[in-house]
Amino acid sequence: MNTFAIRTQQLTRTFGPVRAVDQLTLEVRQGEIFGFLGPNGSGKTTTIRLLLGLLQPDAGQIEVLGLPVPQQAAEVRERTGALLEHAGLYERLSAADNLDYYGRIWRMPAAERNQRIRELLEPLGLWERRNEQVKMWSRGMKQKLAIARALLHRPQLIFLDEPTAGLDPIAAAVLRDDLRTLVEREGVTVFLTTHNLAEAEKLCHRVGIIRQGRLLAQGSLAELRRHETLHLEIIGRAFTPHVVTVLQSQPAVKRVEANGSRLLIELATASDPASLVKLVVEHGGQIEEVRRSHASLEAVFLTLMEEEEAHAY
Amino acid sequence: MLTDVWTVMRKELQEAFNFGDRVGKFGILFMILSFGILLPWQMGKSWVESPITLIYWSWVPLFLVNAVVADSFAGERERHTLETLLASRLADQAILFGKLLAALAYGVGLTWVSLLVGLITINLVHGEGRLLFYPPAVALGVIGISLLSGGLAAGAGILVSLRAKTVQQATQMLSIAVMLLIFVPTFGLQALPAAWQERLLHLIAGWNVPQAVLTAIAVLAVIDSVLIGAAMRRFQRTRLILE
Repeated sequence: MNTFAIRTQQLTRTFGPVRAVDQLTLEVRQGEIFGFLGPNGSGKTTTIRLLLGLLQPDAGQIEVLGLPVPQQAAEVRERTGALLEHAGLYERLSAADNLDYYGRIWRMPAAERNQRIRELLEPLGLWERRNEQVKMWSRGMKQKLAIARALLHRPQLIFLDEPTAGLDPIAAAVLRDDLRTLVEREGVTVFLTTHNLAEAEKLCHRVGIIRQGRLLAQGSLAELRRHETLHLEIIGRAFTPHVVTVLQSQPAVKRVEANGSRLLIELATASDPASLVKLVVEHGGQIEEVRRSHASLEAVFLTLMEEEEAHAY
Repeated sequence: MLTDVWTVMRKELQEAFNFGDRVGKFGILFMILSFGILLPWQMGKSWVESPITLIYWSWVPLFLVNAVVADSFAGERERHTLETLLASRLADQAILFGKLLAALAYGVGLTWVSLLVGLITINLVHGEGRLLFYPPAVALGVIGISLLSGGLAAGAGILVSLRAKTVQQATQMLSIAVMLLIFVPTFGLQALPAAWQERLLHLIAGWNVPQAVLTAIAVLAVIDSVLIGAAMRRFQRTRLILE
């Protein structure tokens, strides 16, 4: 059995002089929520279009659900759902008619279609308003409806291109909660692009970070945190210049800053903080509290961006 | 494939008749009133007896099909619904023909409704106890030419709408084309010297109606095939997505 929902090898697509996707090698496992992170214009949407066979690659291989793309793109589209850059809803039609249309496109029998529409709209709080024209709805409601449409035909994999873009923080949080609930219930693989780091941190099992079409890193959040400088904060007394000098001489330590009762240690690599704490005590430091900073995805992201920029020059 | 074509066609018709404003409803009523009641009433028996009415029935579908085709193709792109549709399992040709047939069904369907209402009007007002109907050649011409001129409007409309940035732009371009198609021959004829006009009218009067109808049908069928073929080449996912 194929354990990967998506695999790409050296995938490249250019538009004139611009390399929108540059030798992208990516693996997304079955059943996971994979976050594809990157700033605007980094190649996220182009990647989705390539994976769906809507664009032809210039070079490289694509395999989605075990099928080669673009050769078997039609079969891939048959088994996947998508919420692309725009919600893509017919605003003159009602919510129910929008879903009914896509249910017919996927050749779902009428009874199954109606049952499934109810099954998806009820938990999203949209069932009572299903007969209203979509143009009357808020952006948040439209995005929820578009997610329901992507899941309607029980696809094995769904592509969500910036699903919370343009929503206010409350609507975005509600949508994220609903999305997580639905995805867990459906057991579907999700390929989610976003430039919202908090969103990726809350929703995704693994993330890939892309910039200017190049994949900078991919892995779980814990794996990615290894890219980030860790901080150790020690609260106490007697943090003398001698203690600072001793710590500074350690290979794992990048920088030490003593500020009264606070000692801030910046670690160059992910090392065991216990040995450093022991060292402080051995050289006369009195410790009351030790805190290890938790690298956020934002910190990881910024570090990777900085590294990439440094390599570029 | 046919099920998919019908699915798209059904949705397009649902949208076409789902008027957001009253303009669309009044437009249809105005057309049925003009071509179904007022003109037959005014023209009397010549409405069914004269082959000149063929010209009316070739114009009417042009206006109706254009409006739907522009909204269906340029509108789908302008409202950002096309990409989601292209990401679905539908084949390019199912989308294309679903939209094309919906525009045709709307335009030609309403034309034929007006035609039927016109026949009822003419029989009620001018019937004098006997059934008034088109001579067979004219009847064939009315049906065939209205259908094929609808096809011409649809084919040209798709090509124009795929290039237009907005529905408004597509509608304007198509309206200008239809106006040219109607007014150039009309005013062109009037601009000719009187002797030429007389010669031309004499020539038309001498036409064999069945032969003229069949020739017009054949010419329109060729033009329609070329336009629809060009639309099929143009309507491809990988091309549309880049636009």
